[in-house]
Amino acid sequence: MVSVAAKHPYIEALLKGYEAPRSGASWLDERRAQALERANALTVPTTRDEEWRFTDITPLTRLSFRPAAETKPLALSGLSRFIAPEAGARLVFVDGVFAPGLSATTGLPRGVVVSTLAAALDAHAGAIEPHLARHAEFEREVFTALNTAHLRDGAFIRVGRNCACPAPVQLLHVSTQKEAAAYPRCLVIAEDGSDCTLIEDYAGLGDAAYFNDAVTEVVVGAGARVRHARVQREAAGAFHIATCAVTLARDARYASHAVTLGARLSRFNLIVTQQGEGAEVQMDGLALISGRQLADTHTLMDHAQPHGRCRQLHKCIAGGAAHAVFNGKILVRPGAQLTDSSQQSRNLLLSDKAHVDTKPQLEIFADDVKCAHGATVGQLDAEQLFYLRSRGLSEGRARNLLTYAFAAEVVDRIPVPSLVAQLEETVLAQTQAAEPA
Amino acid sequence: MIRKDARLLLEVKGLRAKVGGAEIVKGLDLVVRAGEVHAIMGPNGSGKSTFAKTLAGHPAYEVTGGTAVFEGRSIFEMAPEERARAGLFLGFQYPVEIPGVSNSAFLRLAYNTLQPARGRDELDPLEFDDLAREKMKLLDMDPAFLDRSVNEGFSGGEKKRNEILQMALLEPRFAILDETDSGLDIDALRVVANGVNHLATPDNAIVLVTHYQRMLNYIVPDYVHVMEGGRIVRTGGKTLAEELEARGYDWVRAA
Repeated sequence: MVSVAAKHPYIEALLKGYEAPRSGASWLDERRAQALERANALTVPTTRDEEWRFTDITPLTRLSFRPAAETKPLALSGLSRFIAPEAGARLVFVDGVFAPGLSATTGLPRGVVVSTLAAALDAHAGAIEPHLARHAEFEREVFTALNTAHLRDGAFIRVGRNCACPAPVQLLHVSTQKEAAAYPRCLVIAEDGSDCTLIEDYAGLGDAAYFNDAVTEVVVGAGARVRHARVQREAAGAFHIATCAVTLARDARYASHAVTLGARLSRFNLIVTQQGEGAEVQMDGLALISGRQLADTHTLMDHAQPHGRCRQLHKCIAGGAAHAVFNGKILVRPGAQLTDSSQQSRNLLLSDKAHVDTKPQLEIFADDVKCAHGATVGQLDAEQLFYLRSRGLSEGRARNLLTYAFAAEVVDRIPVPSLVAQLEETVLAQTQAAEPA
Repeated sequence: MIRKDARLLLEVKGLRAKVGGAEIVKGLDLVVRAGEVHAIMGPNGSGKSTFAKTLAGHPAYEVTGGTAVFEGRSIFEMAPEERARAGLFLGFQYPVEIPGVSNSAFLRLAYNTLQPARGRDELDPLEFDDLAREKMKLLDMDPAFLDRSVNEGFSGGEKKRNEILQMALLEPRFAILDETDSGLDIDALRVVANGVNHLATPDNAIVLVTHYQRMLNYIVPDYVHVMEGGRIVRTGGKTLAEELEARGYDWVRAA
């Protein structure tokens, strides 16, 4: 056990009983030690921090979370609703611990590795070392530092040079335990010219309060293509704070489809860095929340090189007294000429008490670029509602249909048909008004 | 077709209606029996469209006086969807675009919503597709319109055809078509009018709200009413429309 002298009592509590995992890789021990040091030095963000202005995480810090205990074995049948049938491989983690009995990694195409990080550390050390904990910065991000300090296992996906993995790979993180803190971790390496689709899914069983602090790193090689569907459907009482750091090489293509449905409080940071010329990015986001949920999405599109193109569409649907936050930053660094980046933030409020904060943030340091952004916040259109009702649809049904239509633009583009169908049902069910159809 | 013994469908008495604080309909009376085709004509601002929307139950239109009884039920106590289920249909002057909702899903949902009240079964997507395609032939509509979002990017004429397609599918007992002729070229007008004629039966009634006499060359009304200042000021047969076309609305005002 190491001595802990965290600056903040909450972090101290999270690090209580911290034991440095033993990896046998000195570079990893070193990175973990650095992360632990940063976690100790950093404090918990408050609404006085610009990056956390709209998201008060006090409720999270009021609860004490312990590392997850030994898990009861789950039956695959109990998870069937979360399993994507089209996935060619699947890694399941229960309360942060790999569940081999629920996972399936056989029959993968040549050149494709889907494994746990712990198992891959020996065989693929040369591939992992340059990337693991290199893309998700933990110097100033306390939750990334905490995750990295706890890094002992996770998911590892590697698609070899010019290899294609036609069926999606699913990473399913299931949470079952009350007051447990887990640190899901994932590294995806799509080597030059490769092609793959990733489904990253966080699901809660029951309505327990637990905490997931997740970090995913995605490395997209030159000319490679990665489609990344991410579904956060944590339990109603859960806390979910996650960072996904994506690094793009020359002419890489990356599409993110991030859907936020669950958790009492969630924060998702998506950081895409274009490190090579001519990369192409699609960033779709949808938050569908109600009750007293808070869902915060922060994105950063970092155009560090010329000829980058990004299309971003973020939608929030907030009902009840829910609060949605979107902060979308586009950074065009000096020399990133001929960048073509656009961002749309579309928000639908289903009730008088629902609330959306949306903030575009454009920082442009190159002079020959095309950047556009737009934001709208509105309610369901009264004329559309009347039109549907005049054809016999109940008000509840009409509202559902229009809400569904609003979400459809994002949902329909998800490259996994079973997920699209499931999300369509979820949207319809979740927007079901009090009135029966 | 006028039959003295035909069933009474709609009786409006002394209707007054407000929109945006201003009273637009000021004491309107109208009796419509099964099998009849009526035309309500009048200059802009005379209250024709307000009347149509008030009958259908648009929430922005407030009834401030009078009654409307449709097949024995007072419709102002019914929600818009209940009126639709009872067999009332408004053909919109400006059909709304609904991006993200496919026309076929919308049409099927509307169709199926109305069937239980008629003691008929709902249709599954395949069965409904057959029915919709058959009805589309009547309006010379490309079946590709089923796959598009409701009215999104439709031309004016396509939107109006889509309205009449809904009428064909929903088979209302009483249809009020608000300026269905506006924005149609002569060919489209002929197709749409032909569609409407096909849908007229001895059991239902159609009220055409129009500014011009042009559509009445194709759909021959039994009655022509002229609205002015929120009331029906004159009622006659088909020849009244021709007279109006020749003499203009000032002629009615002067009378």
